[in-house]
Formats: sequence, C-alpha cells, structure tokens
Amino acid sequence: MIRVVTEATAVRTNEGFGSGWRVVARKEFADHLLSGRFLVLTAVLAVAAAGAVFAASGGIRSVAVDATGVPALFLKLFTVTTDPVPFPLVVFIGFLAPLLGIMFGFDAISGERSQGTLPRLLAQPIHRDEVILGKFVGGLAVVALMLTALTVFVSGIGIFRLGLFPEPTEVVRLLVWLLVAIIYVGFWQALATLTSILVPRAATSAMIAVGFWLVLTLFGSFIFRAAASVLANPDDQVASIRAELLLSRLSPYTLYSETSTVLLDPTERATGLLTAQQVDRAIVSNLSLPQSLSVVWPQVVGLLALTAALFAVAYVAFMRQEVRA
Amino acid sequence: MAHVKAGAATTVVTHHLTKDYGEARVVDNLELKLKAGEIFGLLGPNGAGKTTTILMLLGLIEPTAGSIEVLGLDPSRHPLTVKRRVGYLPDAVGFYDGMTGWENLSFTAQLNRLGNGDVRINELLDEVGLAEARDQKAGTYSRGMKQRLGIADALLKDPDILILDEPTTAIDPEGVAEILTMIRRLAEERGVTVLLSSHLLHQVQAVCDRVAIFVRGKVVAQGAPAELASRGGGPEEVEFNTSSTDDKVRSALGQAGFVKKLEPARIRGNYVARIDRGSTNKLVSALVNGGVQLDGIRRTSDDLDEVYRRYFHMDDQGRD
Repeated sequence: MIRVVTEATAVRTNEGFGSGWRVVARKEFADHLLSGRFLVLTAVLAVAAAGAVFAASGGIRSVAVDATGVPALFLKLFTVTTDPVPFPLVVFIGFLAPLLGIMFGFDAISGERSQGTLPRLLAQPIHRDEVILGKFVGGLAVVALMLTALTVFVSGIGIFRLGLFPEPTEVVRLLVWLLVAIIYVGFWQALATLTSILVPRAATSAMIAVGFWLVLTLFGSFIFRAAASVLANPDDQVASIRAELLLSRLSPYTLYSETSTVLLDPTERATGLLTAQQVDRAIVSNLSLPQSLSVVWPQVVGLLALTAALFAVAYVAFMRQEVRA
Repeated sequence: MAHVKAGAATTVVTHHLTKDYGEARVVDNLELKLKAGEIFGLLGPNGAGKTTTILMLLGLIEPTAGSIEVLGLDPSRHPLTVKRRVGYLPDAVGFYDGMTGWENLSFTAQLNRLGNGDVRINELLDEVGLAEARDQKAGTYSRGMKQRLGIADALLKDPDILILDEPTTAIDPEGVAEILTMIRRLAEERGVTVLLSSHLLHQVQAVCDRVAIFVRGKVVAQGAPAELASRGGGPEEVEFNTSSTDDKVRSALGQAGFVKKLEPARIRGNYVARIDRGSTNKLVSALVNGGVQLDGIRRTSDDLDEVYRRYFHMDDQGRD
C-alpha cells in the first residue's frame, strides 16, 4: 500500500518549479506568527501607533472646527501630529517597520544552518530557489498582515475619535500606501536575508542589518548632505540641494517618505525642489489619485527595483553557496 | 536478503567521480557500485570526502568530473526525481527546535507531497521508538532521539535508497547498537539499499554487507568485511594482564620473533603486544615459560581494524 503511494507521487510531479516554496512559506508564516519576537514588535508598533493616532486626532479636532473644507481630512490621521508625540504615523512606520523586515530575515538561512536543518531541507524534492523564495514570501506575508492590521487599527481609532469616515478615494490611497510600505519593508527583509546568507552568525547578521537601518534612516540626511557638499559647488544652492536630493533618493527611506507624503496628502504636488517662480500664482487644488501616483511613480518603481535587486543578490548568493558552509 | 524493490536492480554507480575544491582534490576517481538491497559502508577518517561524495549523490554538489547514476538517473540533471526516491540522514542532523517531532516530520511529508503523510508519520515514529515523544518539541530531544527521528524522516518518503551520514556519531554505545539493529532490520524488512558512512569502523562493520575504505578521497579497499580481512595477514594486537614485573615480561618476550611491538597499556599491569597473525598461542607459552604470571589475555584488534590501520598507515607513509 505504501509502495503505491510512492509511485503515485512520482507520476504526479514532474521536474520543474514545484509548489515546495508554498510549503516553506506556510511554515515560515506560522513560525513567525508564533514567535516571541513577533509579539514584542507588535506591541511596540501598537503603542507607537496608538500614541501617534491620538496625537494626530487631537490636532485634527482642533483644526477641524474651522476647517470643514480641508481635503482628505481622514488621511491626516496618518500624517499630522501634535506636541508630545514627535512624529506622525507614516514617519513612525518609516522608522520602525524596517525592523520587522530585519527581524524576519536576519537568521533566515543562518538559522537553518546552525540548527542543522539545511541539508535535510535541501535533500527534499524541492529546488533550492524554493527555500529562499518561500522564506521571503512567508516573512513578507506576516509583514503585510501586521501593517494591514495596524492601518485598520488606526482607522478604527480615527473613526471612533473623530466620527469621520474615510471617502472611497481615501481608502484607495491608503491601500496604495500600504502596498508601498510593504515593498519598503521587503527591502529590509531582503537585506537581512542577504546578511543571513553571507554571515554565519545570526547575531552578527542582525547587527549588520540594524547598522544599515540606523545609517539610512536616522543619519541618512546628514550623510547625504555631507556627500552633496563634496559633489556640488556649495555656493550654488540649487545645485547642492539637487545633488542632495539625488543622493538621498538612493535610500529606500527617502523613497518611502516621499511616496507616503504625496499619496496621503492630495495637496502635495511635487517631491523635489520648487522655486518661487514655479509656484508663483499656482492655483491651490487637490490632485486626483492618478495624478498623485504619477508624481511619485519614479519613487515607487525605484523602491520596487531596489527591493527586487537586493533579493536577486541574496538569491544568487544562496544559489552559489555550498550546502556546507 | 529479504525482498528487493522492483526496478531497483542498479542503485548507485559512480564512475571516475572527482571533486576538487580549488587545488585540493577531495574525491579522487571514485568507483562505487551498490547492489540493490545491500548495506554498504563507506568507511574512512574525518575529512576523507565521505560527506562530499554523499552530497554529490544527492545532486547537492556538482562533481568536477566523472559520472553518477542513482537509480539510473544523473542526480545533477534530475535532482527532484532522485531526491524523491532517496532518503537522507545528514551528519549531525537537526530539526526545528520549536516544532514537535511530529510537526517536523509533517513538514517533510508536505515537502514530499505525501498523500497519507499522517498515517506514515505515526507508523514510523512507532517504528523508531518515538511514539511517546511525538508531541514534545524537537529541541528537547536527546542526540540519540534526534538521530532516530532523522531516520524516520529519511524513511518517510518510502525511499529506494537510504543514505545515512555518520548515523552513530555522538551517541552512547547502547544507542549505537540500537540504531544499527534498527538499520539492519529496516533494510531487511523494506528491501532498501543502504549507504552508510562512518569513521567508526568497529561500530558499523557488523551491519555492512560490503564496505569501502575511503582515505583522502580514494577507495583503498572494497569488499565484504571478511574478504578484506583475509587479504590481511599482517600483525594483530592482543592485550594481556599480568602481576609480574616489567623486566620479567620483557625478558620472557625478548627473544620472541613474532612479537613486533610491546608496550604498556594505559591500565597498570596491562600490555599491548602486536604479534604475527595467529601466534597468540606462542605468545601465551612464551609468557608462561618465562615465568610470567598471566592473569588474562584478549584480542583487541579485529580483522578489519587491522585492514583499516594498515591503509591509514600506508597513507601516512605515502605523504612522508
């Protein structure tokens, strides 16, 4: 009877890309959801979100009294803040969400190695790519789940505190923003996965990824300004600001920030430098969603490209690596 | 041997199999031919290239040169088909610590897309004696339990070939006997061809139908253990125990030409003597005639051990 099953399996499956990655992804997803680190980070994010949204809704209340005509008021929940809380929610997510990606990636491969499960996993009838793909997808699915839950949570508080319901276009803007945020976290997860492949010790791998995170999110602006002052003539202000912008747009944090700003605020019309001449006598009006999207399309594509490129590097590194390293 | 699986007449064949890492040749022109249903031991010291060979058989490492056929297929061209039919227990096998033994096997079953995974998992856990521990986290398993879980894991896909890399390392002697008996039983009941590697010759020779002695990437001897031993004829080793003085022992054996080497063993009053094959009798009478109080004597090298030593020794000389 056992024999029959084996033969059936052999016939049913051909060589070729199978569904093994789904099995791996499902396991990763379950592992992450049950892990302690997931609980800790959920708690941190929830507290940050609650703080930010209360601050924002307080601010909105005070302006809303005499500003009934403010466009996309609901989205202000995500983008404004009042005194004790230093950042609005989108900025919080820009800072903290990378930690999610890092946490789900930093021991993706090195963990398999140190537990001694990698040779056993690779000896199963799946391709090697399915391992890394499954791990990436599984981790990112948890990220997507968390960010979605967070957005719903914040919207819920907003509806409750402000008695304000989002318009359909606002919902769509939020969904697009959510997608961008997930891609942004995907960048960090790909980075951490890469370090988990290159560095055998999980702690070292985490340190490297967190180091990148600190440099790009917290100190990025200083570094880019310094680099720009070297590259551009400091007397030419426009040129040096342009240089700084160009450099900072190599960072996923900048790309995410610019995209969020434009997507969540229909009055934002540009991301770069605008001279007084350019805005002179411009009529203040709201951008439609396609218009907003077209403003930040380069940023979205850039972010996607960065994430994809980094994942590709991790993929190649893993494929070329010895089973025993 | 019990029944042999149909369609598995040829199992593993390697021809001129070679693997280089940079300058170093890890596997050198390896010729192996496994008969269906046998237990084949790949024996050699650490670093001889055993694991590299095994990983090449599974298609996880590309050979530098030479060819491999596993169940008639080239594993680097048909990795999935080969991996579907070959069960593998890696050296120092690991499991996901946060999952139970049962869940670990269930993951393997899903990766193999086994329809009746659950039934087989319970069956196999029973067979390797882990039914009680099935719902414990794998992180709490002892080394021996992990090893047994690893064997169940390798058997899950009902393989035609079972490859066991160092199945007895880091296990207490009792556990070793248990695992070897289990391997023997499984091979006979299921008609699986078993390739096992080990650096612990003593432990595994008893279960192997044939062995290959593998040193620095080369097979230096291949055949049934008894057959290999009979090719020997070199010295053998005995250990005896006496309460007489060292001088007395040495004078009693001083003239004996069949004693190649005599040295005190670790335990006080014990001596290890390397003597010509079959001259134990002469040793005893020489000792007794020399007035030595002989309290006990036993043979410490078995035949294959001698073969093993000879080849390693030869290899050392080759490098000098």
